[in-house]
Amino acid sequence: MRRSLYLLPVALFLVLAGFLLGGLFLNPRDIPSVLIDRPVPEMNLPALAGRPADSGLASADLKGRVSLVNIFGSWCISCADEHPTLMRIKAQGVVPIHGIDWRDDPAKALAWLQRNGDPYDRVGVDPAPGRTSIDFGVTGAPESFIVDKAGVIRYKHVGPITPKVWEATLLPIIVELNK
Amino acid sequence: MSLPRPAALAVLLALAAPAFAADPDEMLKDPALEARAHALGKELRCLVCQSESIEDSNADLAKDLRVIVREHIAAGESESQIKKYVVDRYGDYVLLRPPVKASTLVLWLGPFALLLTALGAAWLVFRRRGGQPAAPPLTAEEQRRLDVLLKDQAK
Repeated sequence: MRRSLYLLPVALFLVLAGFLLGGLFLNPRDIPSVLIDRPVPEMNLPALAGRPADSGLASADLKGRVSLVNIFGSWCISCADEHPTLMRIKAQGVVPIHGIDWRDDPAKALAWLQRNGDPYDRVGVDPAPGRTSIDFGVTGAPESFIVDKAGVIRYKHVGPITPKVWEATLLPIIVELNK
Repeated sequence: MSLPRPAALAVLLALAAPAFAADPDEMLKDPALEARAHALGKELRCLVCQSESIEDSNADLAKDLRVIVREHIAAGESESQIKKYVVDRYGDYVLLRPPVKASTLVLWLGPFALLLTALGAAWLVFRRRGGQPAAPPLTAEEQRRLDVLLKDQAK
C-alpha cells in the first residue's frame, strides 16, 4: 500500500505529460464555433463592383439550398492556396459557393478573381471593421461555413479547404444535408 | 533630487504610460468612456494572436473589435451587454477571464485541489518522518568500531 502511494506522483506526472503531448498535436486555431446550429447572421452585403449588381449576399439568399459560405480576401495567402480547390468544387456543381470579401480593396478582389477564376455565385463585400464577418465569428481568412436549406449554419471549417478536407469532411456533410 | 539609481528607475517605470495598441484616432473623445472601453478590451482575447487582449494586439481583427467595442460603449451599452455581443459570436473563449460555470469548474478549482492534495501529501510524509523513533543507541561493539574509524581519520 505504501509502495503504491509512492507511485502516485509518477502516475499523475504521466497523465499530465500525456495531456501535454496530445496538446502538441492540436490546432490552436480550431476553436469550436458557437454559431453551429444557429441561423446565419442577419446581413445584406453589397455586390463586388464589377460583378452583377444583384450578386451581393443577404441572409435570405442562403435559404432553400445547401450552400458553402467562404470568407476570403485577395490579401490572404492561404486563400490563394485554397482557390484551386474552390474552382474544382464549383466544377463539381454539388453546392453553390458564396464569398464574403473581408476587409479588402474591391478593385484588388475583382482583379484577383479575374486572374485566378471566380468560383462564387454571390460575393458580398464586407469592408473594415468587417461587421458581418465578425457576426460569423471570423478569426482569420479563409473560413468556410456549410449552411443548410433552412439557412442554419451546420459546420465551420477554419483554414484553407484542401482536396482532402473537401472529400473527407465537407462533401459528406453536404451530401447528408441534401438528402 | 538624487535618488539611488534603482529607486529612480522604479519611479520612472511606475510613471511610464502603458503603451496602447489603440490608435489615437480610434479612441473615444470622452476619457471616462475611453477608460471603460480600454478596461473592457483588456478582458477580450484577440482571436488572431490568442494570448493578447484586443487592446494589446496590432492584428486587424483586434483593431476592428476595438472599434466595435467603442461604438457600443458610445451607444451607452453596459459592459455585460458588450461582452454578450462578443461571446455570442466567439464563445467564452474570447473572455480572458473565463466565467465560473459547470464546464469550467475544473479550470477554476483544479489548481486549489492540486495544492490541497500536495499539502495533504506533504503533511502525511512529514508526520511519518517526525514520528519515527530516534535511532537506537550504539552497542558497545559498534561504539568501539566507530572510535577506531574516527581515530584513523584524525591521523
